[in-house]
Amino acid sequence: MARMPVQFRLNGSDRAVFVEPAETLLGTIRRGLGDFAPKFGCGQGTCGVCTVLVDGEPRLGCLTLSVTCEGRSIETASGLADGPTLHPLQAAFMEHFAAQCGFCTPGMLMAAKALLDRNPDPTRVEVVEAIAGNVCRCTGYEPIINAILAAAQQRGARRA
Amino acid sequence: MPVNVRIVQGLQEAAEILAADRGARLLGGGTLLVRDINEGVMTEGTLLRALDPVLLAINAGGARIELGAGVTMAMVLANRDLSYLHAPARGIGGPAVRTTATIGGNLFASTPYGDFTTALLALDAVVTLHAGFGGARVMPLEEMLTNRARGGVGLVISVGFNRPAGADAFRFLKVARVRPKGISVLSIAAHLPQNAGRISGARIAYGAMGPTPLRAKAVERVLEGRGLDAATIAAAKTAALEGTQPATDAIASEWYRREVLPVHLGRLLAGETS
Ligand SMILES: Cc1cc2nc3c(=O)[nH]c(=O)nc-3n(C[C@H](O)[C@H](O)[C@H](O)COP(=O)(O)OP(=O)(O)OC[C@H]3O[C@@H](n4cnc5c(N)ncnc54)[C@H](O)[C@@H]3O)c2cc1C
Ligand code: FES
Ligand code: FES
Repeated sequence: MARMPVQFRLNGSDRAVFVEPAETLLGTIRRGLGDFAPKFGCGQGTCGVCTVLVDGEPRLGCLTLSVTCEGRSIETASGLADGPTLHPLQAAFMEHFAAQCGFCTPGMLMAAKALLDRNPDPTRVEVVEAIAGNVCRCTGYEPIINAILAAAQQRGARRA
Repeated sequence: MPVNVRIVQGLQEAAEILAADRGARLLGGGTLLVRDINEGVMTEGTLLRALDPVLLAINAGGARIELGAGVTMAMVLANRDLSYLHAPARGIGGPAVRTTATIGGNLFASTPYGDFTTALLALDAVVTLHAGFGGARVMPLEEMLTNRARGGVGLVISVGFNRPAGADAFRFLKVARVRPKGISVLSIAAHLPQNAGRISGARIAYGAMGPTPLRAKAVERVLEGRGLDAATIAAAKTAALEGTQPATDAIASEWYRREVLPVHLGRLLAGETS
């Protein structure tokens, strides 16, 4: 089967790749472009570890075909930090012990970023809803929810 | 031969390919199709990606509503004119599923999926179909779902329905064991237009109570011409199971679904759900 050309922006850089027709965005990002932040967990849409942003919206890399991403802007957890300076969400996850094994963390961060970019001052219920598609098997959700709320507060304080 | 993807601009071309090639499937958001590929359920054939903007059109401001089959659950949630459909749209997966899952795909989702379709059924929706050659035709959603069970429906372009009679006239309830995101034990949608305190033209639909979403016609007959009082609700609960054919799956047993359906129907009719 002929491979198909796709161009998109990945964390701000223009990328051009040839993909298998039914290749997932997760496969292209990891194997094709060497960004291993988004993980492969279930491949069924149920765990959320592959969550990336496509034009600012949370999407599951394992259920998104790369050929549908032509011209789009993709963000992964690799693009969050600004050089040595962590993104407020990353700093808050460290501060609030929101990661143990860290496998769910890249997906959690991107789900949280999608929320805060759209709604900088979310309620606890809105945070729970935003990460409802992301499973964490070791930390438990409380520290993650607290970290996201703290990051929102900190960003709010910086804006004020 | 692995799965191929074809990208086409127009609906006519897409419908003709679907009609001519039994191995071709229209790609909506892909939350079911790509999962099938990942799991080795779909190993060959063609996925067809149609770029026609008609599939993304939303006409929601007036009395007659028309939604393109490619409209996602997130697009429904972002539209204030569609607030009565927010509960069924919000019930589908987490946020990253809803940005992708389309109305068209939901019409074909196997039970226990199909929550949005259940809502559309209670709104007496029609679907505009393109079966390949000879252009588009309109068909009641109920008939399309019957045809779906037999296979070979063609391409769905859009769904259309009348705006519900009032804020309280349309109700939706999804029963799931996991919150806020869980697959349905069952879902119930009710459209209950009232005329001088009596129900006129009731539509009740169930999800996950049969092979496809289905109308609860016995309940509709009970409600017709009556007020929504305790006696009517009790009679509706008695008729609740008529015509249902629930399955046993990982979410619930057939027995459990039958046990809890009348209870939840009673609560929905009494306005006791949050
Ligand atoms: C984690 C997770 C949770 C989920 N939870 C729910 C839930 O709670 N409730 C629920 O109802 N569903 C749920 N789903 C299932 C699914 O996401 C939805 O049913 C969704 O609406 C399917 O749409 P899609 O665009 O992704 O379908 P696709 O995968 O693109 O397509 C599904 C089928 O529909 C056909 N199709 C799509 N569009 C058209 C069209 N316009 N014309 C003709 N055929 C078409 C395709 O060819 C295919 O056969 C869930 C899925 C996941 C992964
Ligand atoms: S790997 Fe994508 S949701 Fe689990
Ligand atoms: S930190 Fe291990 S799964 Fe979440």
